Amino acid sequence: MAEKQFNVTSDTGIHARPASLLVQTASKFNSNINLQYKEKTVNLKSIMGVMSLGISKGADIIISAEGSDANDALKALEEMMMKEGIAK
Amino acid sequence: MESLKGIAASNGIAIAKAYLLVEPDLSFEKQTVDDGNAEVERFRTALEKSKEELKLIQSHAAEKLGADKAAIFEAHLLVLSDPELTGPIEEKITGEKTNAEAALKETADMFVSMFEQMDNDYMKERAADIRDVTKRVLSHLLGVQIPNPSMISEEVVVIANDLTPSDTAQLNRQFVKGFATDIGGRTSHSAIMARSLEIPAVVGTKTATAEIKNGDLVIVDGLKGEVHINPAADLVEEYGKISEQYELQKAEWAKLVNEKTISADNHHVELVANIGSPNDLKAVIENGGEGVGLFRTEFLYMGRDQLPSEEEQFNAYKAVLEGLNGKPVVIRTLDIGGDKKLPYLSLPEELNPFLGVRAIRLCLIEQDIFRTQLRALLRASNYGNLKIMFPMIATLDEFREAKKIFTEEKQKLLADGQQVSDQIELGIMVEIPSTAVLADQFAKEVDFFSIGTNDLIQYTMAADRMNQGVSYLYQPYSPSILRLVKMVIDAAHAEGKWAGMCGEMAGDETAIPLLLGLGLDEFSMSATSILRARSQIRKLKKTAMEELTKTVLQMQTTSQVIEAVHQATK
Repeated sequence: MAEKQFNVTSDTGIHARPASLLVQTASKFNSNINLQYKEKTVNLKSIMGVMSLGISKGADIIISAEGSDANDALKALEEMMMKEGIAK
Repeated sequence: MESLKGIAASNGIAIAKAYLLVEPDLSFEKQTVDDGNAEVERFRTALEKSKEELKLIQSHAAEKLGADKAAIFEAHLLVLSDPELTGPIEEKITGEKTNAEAALKETADMFVSMFEQMDNDYMKERAADIRDVTKRVLSHLLGVQIPNPSMISEEVVVIANDLTPSDTAQLNRQFVKGFATDIGGRTSHSAIMARSLEIPAVVGTKTATAEIKNGDLVIVDGLKGEVHINPAADLVEEYGKISEQYELQKAEWAKLVNEKTISADNHHVELVANIGSPNDLKAVIENGGEGVGLFRTEFLYMGRDQLPSEEEQFNAYKAVLEGLNGKPVVIRTLDIGGDKKLPYLSLPEELNPFLGVRAIRLCLIEQDIFRTQLRALLRASNYGNLKIMFPMIATLDEFREAKKIFTEEKQKLLADGQQVSDQIELGIMVEIPSTAVLADQFAKEVDFFSIGTNDLIQYTMAADRMNQGVSYLYQPYSPSILRLVKMVIDAAHAEGKWAGMCGEMAGDETAIPLLLGLGLDEFSMSATSILRARSQIRKLKKTAMEELTKTVLQMQTTSQVIEAVHQATK
């Protein structure tokens, strides 16, 4: 299992566009991918799950992936988030 | 043939087939199914059909209306692809043997109530997304069609209960020839939108959606505020003539495009336009606007999911200033709150939003937003004749605070070596009675006033302008309102400043003679009203209107005032 912590830098937190981009990117991979914030964990392929966390700017989040393409998935998510200024 | 009476919200005549923007009956009964797997298949088919439909709408919207308008459909597609939504629905069908309709509705309702309970406007809007996609899938399960306004591809008249900003954003201007709604008044969103799109509209018909069916031939008479359903041939012919006459009248007015606005006794006033975006410039120029009296910047902030950047704003302001080529442009800083919300700002719910943290009150709290806008304005100031006004000023302290922030940002830009105009006038909207009453003191410090009558009337009369039950109190010609207007104009002139008006009243045929008599310097209105107003003012004598005004200010009721104006100007 691959896992990494990020800090949210997007002004609007993980709502709207950032949430859509995360779900779209995660959905390209076969691995089970989860997003953990505080004590809650949701499926990163679920837009409603992701948005239900109500993540704001400055939050610490953990993304974990389990499966054959887990490392690639985590890498793609990280690159996308850096490029779009969502998290670092 | 039936006819409906409503409020004339936007001038002109439209004759076309009706397009009902109304939801079909999506009711169903909860049932038990024998074959769960077959029912899951039925659900999946409806889901696929919904996705295909959404993709079609999305690409159509992206092409015709722009990427930002298409974003909402992308969000809908993501919801339909969400395993956390479809999984539980399918489990419910196979596990509990419920029909797909009930499984879908019950599961979606759970999510809707979860999102609605969140203390955040943005999340609450996601509840609306889930509700929307649920309806779409339900419509496919039930075999009925829900309206897709963004797909309209023939000339129609849109019939709706009310048109929200998101509805109008989806309408294709090329095909929508007019609209009629059940509710609303002259200052409701749908009416303002119709005037800015220059399409005839009648609002507040109460029963348009009940009386009119899809495909009915409909005449929308935006001049008289009437809607005729399946009219007889002779009425269609008659309306053809009225429409022709109206076009002739417009052609007559069009000759005044390059003329100055001068009364019959040679007094000059400025006729300028209210705009919401750089896209409205064309109409201002075509209608002979002598400038912009109100640029409502909040439209730059709406219909998106985050704040516009300084650069985006700079480009919009620069485009307007350059487009007006040195003519005055009054830009109002962000006026959000009241009936205008920004979901992504997650502002707390208020019991009385019109009396709450809106406009300048919000900007003085959320200073980052305000400073970004002021910097964009300051940077754009080199490209034309910029004037800035602050909305909802109630006290001099508020104006001083706003001016202080403005000066700070100006100093910072100058220190950075940026060019900033030294001629920017700073003014205020007068829409709160306290400010009108104390206008003589304000006039010592502000460069100009612009009277916002829509709000000034609602606050003076204590009558919500969205509430039809008290719409009789929306009285622009009330002697009380006219006295307040006089106080503001006199106060400005005593200090050598100018006074304008940017509410609906400034373009109103009955109000114009009074405003001319009161000495108003600048009239800001929908661009499409400018030529009519110019034609009217050229026939009026200012001295005679001054006399009329003196009499009217001593009257007791609105009806007396209206009668006096009609007598004096007929």
